[in-house]
Amino acid sequence: MSFLTNWADWMPTLLKGLLLSIEITAASLAIGLPLGLLLAVATSSPVKAVRWLCIALVEVGRGAPALVVLQLFYFGLPSTGLTVSSFVSAFCALGLTTAAFTSEILRAGLQAVPAGETEACAALGVTRMDTLRFVVAPQGLRIALPALMGFAVLIFQATSLCFTIAVPELLSQAYSIGSSTFQYLSVLSLAGLLYAAITVPASWLVARADRRMSRHLAHAT
Amino acid sequence: MEALNAVLVGVPLTLLVTAAAFAMGAVLGVPLVVGLRSERALARIPCRFLVDLLRGVPAIVWLFVIYFGVSIGAYRFAAVPAAIIGLGAISAAYLAEIYRGGISSVHAGQWEAAQALGVDGRTVFSRIVGPQALRVSIPSMASYLISLLKDSSIASTIGVTEIVFYTTQDARSGGGGLTVYIIAAITYTVLSIPLGLASRALYDSLRKKVSR
Repeated sequence: MSFLTNWADWMPTLLKGLLLSIEITAASLAIGLPLGLLLAVATSSPVKAVRWLCIALVEVGRGAPALVVLQLFYFGLPSTGLTVSSFVSAFCALGLTTAAFTSEILRAGLQAVPAGETEACAALGVTRMDTLRFVVAPQGLRIALPALMGFAVLIFQATSLCFTIAVPELLSQAYSIGSSTFQYLSVLSLAGLLYAAITVPASWLVARADRRMSRHLAHAT
Repeated sequence: MEALNAVLVGVPLTLLVTAAAFAMGAVLGVPLVVGLRSERALARIPCRFLVDLLRGVPAIVWLFVIYFGVSIGAYRFAAVPAAIIGLGAISAAYLAEIYRGGISSVHAGQWEAAQALGVDGRTVFSRIVGPQALRVSIPSMASYLISLLKDSSIASTIGVTEIVFYTTQDARSGGGGLTVYIIAAITYTVLSIPLGLASRALYDSLRKKVSR
């Protein structure tokens, strides 16, 4: 059982990496969610130019792999004279990816709010902004919550891509231990288990939230 | 123009890895979903565990485990097979979940009618429930295929010479670094458009056969 003593030795380093992965996830969500809400609202803007610009942004943001967006910031931007650190690249790239994906989730949530409520607000003379803030958003966000949680799990997994731009997160730590000890299988498996230790319980939570939110539907059918 | 060429050189391998991994996943997903739906806990629990593990660990970690970690005797996986096996196994887990959703959407009456008519379990699956479940699953399968197309970019990290590999190479060798990445991003978006259209056409033609 010598691999267990190895695992114990590696654990502090890997946990430090895991903590960083979680921090990147949190930062990406903190940047991406407000931006996603903004995009969700703007893609149904009455101004044509705004609408099309936002739709294009969302489509390219969702169409491009997160890996490409990451490397675009880290390797691509310097050619324009703007050099960003690997951390800033990671936050910006994953934040933008989050914004593009969550804008679609949020849009679906906002649209699920019955149109009658928006119409009632208009009839009562409530401003568009207030309708969104007090009537549509609180209900729409609730509907979107399970899907947003599911996306958070995905973006946590995507932090492993930051390995390619030299952010010392979990996978980078595991890989550097592997390259110094040559015990790739052992250390990478441990890293995989650490990822799973977060994502598997998290996905159970998502499934639970999903069931709770659709409880009222189960009786109807 | 030069940047565009640099990116396009990678397209064939991107498509190969995506298609092979999807094919592997589509086939292996079937026994997995049978296991997931099994009444025997001895079959169901290991399958559930496997699916959760495959989906819970990031793709890049799987590829690294297979590429750097696995050596059978003196045999090591080359980059392309490692990428296909890794992404294929992950696809199997995701597709099994999609199939499961499709199967549970088939009306219970279909099972009951088949049972009442004395159709045996295997035929129910392959002739009655399976085709209906597959039709329901097609839109989800297509969106998974599109996300797999993007995930195939991860294969560049173990040296598969696909789009991102050439993109990074071109960006590092000077030239307009930003332009080539933007071209790569647009290439992925453009590649996914025909997939979306094809899935819609397939779905419509399969629907026409049953809806009156």
